[in-house]
Amino acid sequence: MKQLFVSGHRGCAGCCDAMAAKFTLMGAGEDCIVVSPTGCLEVMTTPFPETSWNVPWIHSLFENAAAVASGIEAALIAMGKKGNTRVVAIGGDGATMDIGLQAISGAFERGHDFTYVCVDNEAYMNTGVQRSSGTPFDASTTTSPVGKVSFGNQRPKKNMPAIIAAHGSPYVATTSLGYAKDMISKVKKATETPGPTYIHCHAPCTTGWGFDTSKTVEIAQMAVKTGLWPLFEMENGEVTKVRKIGKAAPVEDYLKMQSRFKHLFSKEGGAEEIAKIQAIADKNIEYYGL
Amino acid sequence: MTPKGDLKMDKMVVVEGSYAVAHAVKVCRPNVISAYPITPQTHIVEDLAKFIADGEIQNCECINVESEFSALSALVGSSAVGARSYSATTSQGLELMHEVLFNVAGMRLPIVMTVANRAVSAPINIWNDHQDAISQRDTGWIQLYGENIQEVSDMTAQAFKIAEDKDILMPAMVCMDGFILSHVYEPLVMLEQDLTDEFLPSYEPLNILDPKKPLSFGAFADPNYYTEFRYMQQKAMTNALKKIEDAADEFYDLFGRYYGGLIDEYQTEDADIILMAMGSIIGTIKDTIDKLRQKGVKVGLLKVRAFRPFPAEAIRKAVKDAKIVVVLDKNISLGLNEGALFTETKSCLYNTSNHVPVVGYMIGHGGRDIRMSTIENIISEAQEVMKSGIKVESQFTDLREELL
Repeated sequence: MKQLFVSGHRGCAGCCDAMAAKFTLMGAGEDCIVVSPTGCLEVMTTPFPETSWNVPWIHSLFENAAAVASGIEAALIAMGKKGNTRVVAIGGDGATMDIGLQAISGAFERGHDFTYVCVDNEAYMNTGVQRSSGTPFDASTTTSPVGKVSFGNQRPKKNMPAIIAAHGSPYVATTSLGYAKDMISKVKKATETPGPTYIHCHAPCTTGWGFDTSKTVEIAQMAVKTGLWPLFEMENGEVTKVRKIGKAAPVEDYLKMQSRFKHLFSKEGGAEEIAKIQAIADKNIEYYGL
Repeated sequence: MTPKGDLKMDKMVVVEGSYAVAHAVKVCRPNVISAYPITPQTHIVEDLAKFIADGEIQNCECINVESEFSALSALVGSSAVGARSYSATTSQGLELMHEVLFNVAGMRLPIVMTVANRAVSAPINIWNDHQDAISQRDTGWIQLYGENIQEVSDMTAQAFKIAEDKDILMPAMVCMDGFILSHVYEPLVMLEQDLTDEFLPSYEPLNILDPKKPLSFGAFADPNYYTEFRYMQQKAMTNALKKIEDAADEFYDLFGRYYGGLIDEYQTEDADIILMAMGSIIGTIKDTIDKLRQKGVKVGLLKVRAFRPFPAEAIRKAVKDAKIVVVLDKNISLGLNEGALFTETKSCLYNTSNHVPVVGYMIGHGGRDIRMSTIENIISEAQEVMKSGIKVESQFTDLREELL
């Protein structure tokens, strides 16, 4: 199989973005145009005059990937060049859930034929691990640090898939770097579904989360096994498929693998906080029937 | 000297300025139009939407985006695919585009955008001045200013031709005074389809996003490379100086209409006093000059069509025999107390042997009416400066002292 995303980039060992880009292109195939907003992926893959992309690729700004994708799709249609070419945006959680949300909302509402892949590593990693609206409850980041009177980020993750589904998207799915085949097949399905489709990929960041570079996949799998990251598909607003997890692992098994949660195991009151996170997982398990 | 184009009366129609521009855009055969409504730009995009609804623009997609930021961002994508791409905006919308403006220029995407010039908030004000576009002067966009709707209409085709030239590949703003030109009904010759097809061939991009030939656009450039990208943008702007003149000449040859190249001159041959300005104020100044010429006042006008690239050489040449240069600006650099055209005109005369006095007037902010009597006062003050030297270098005009 032709490598559409090649090695030699400047990503960290065990980099989630590199894996996500590779899996996305394995699902989308060669006949696609990729848009990347500003972020680690853009910086590490295109230091001029080098590139890791064997598909046409464009980076414009931080907050406009979905708008750029809209323009590409409109131009291909206008010029009679659309054919089977897929337009795929690949953005981080900050670019997707925070600064780029308005452009994404516009593009999905307008119904452009494109796929948006959010690579969610749960903080602004490119600028040094600052909190985003994807940062989970009680995670310590550089702008939501643990302190004498704080357990870190005090808000739950924004429910981005639900927001996209509310736009009437025909296909919304969550996936995880722990399950490459799941991601590749969901991206394939998303890109083959006409209209604006969305993939939300849970993506552990070795640097930002604080774990050994060999553990990216293992940690991603553990998030799924605890119920903290449910894998599901939604078609036209309805959940149509869920990955069952059987007997759920306790959230401690996931939290203790990462230094961003280590205060939960050393600080007074940590057990109560872990119980709150377990409640988030339990709610997911119940809601999605995991 | 300016070749005179005779407008063919039998081809003239009376339409609104916005309609004339929308028609011109249609005739230029765009592939993607992306815009967000904002007064006083709205009529342009409404008219374009109607053309599309009536099937009058072939091979064109119109995107009703959710903001000006996305309006221009969508065109980054469309232009990178090789589509002729157009937008229109003004004021707050243009300011919201600020970040994207730099990006478009840096990626060398020849997007054309009409700016229906309007004041910026606060206080909020929907009427005309040039603060919006002037505030974007360093973003790498060619900026052309039209005097009337005939010129703005024709300038649209010129702008595409200039922007898409392989030696340029820079985006261009066609600036028209909001309301004063966008909403005025005037007789004009609508841009002709057959001649425009001859004047403006289809856009042939050098590089596009194409799965058959994958390229990376918008890579990041570290300190080893960034400087050369900036240099090449400046070089393209320098190339545009000649291209703007050439486009005006070629347009004249085909269409028989001419409004100047980088600049235009009116009654400057023997003028002691030369006024400089941009946009619709030009007509008022010409009328004032006609009146004062009858009284023997040797006054002329240097109309600036291209503000970016800045036509320094053309200005130096035009004012070489003047005894005073008076620059009228519909904008201000707060903290400098000068309008941009004034500052830059002074700057382009410094380090030359021409020590002509240059004075500046900031005028027409937020749509305040500019009367011939105001221009006459300015000219009589200039006559005083010729006798006794500069006392006030740059000042506001028509201040209502009773409100202060």
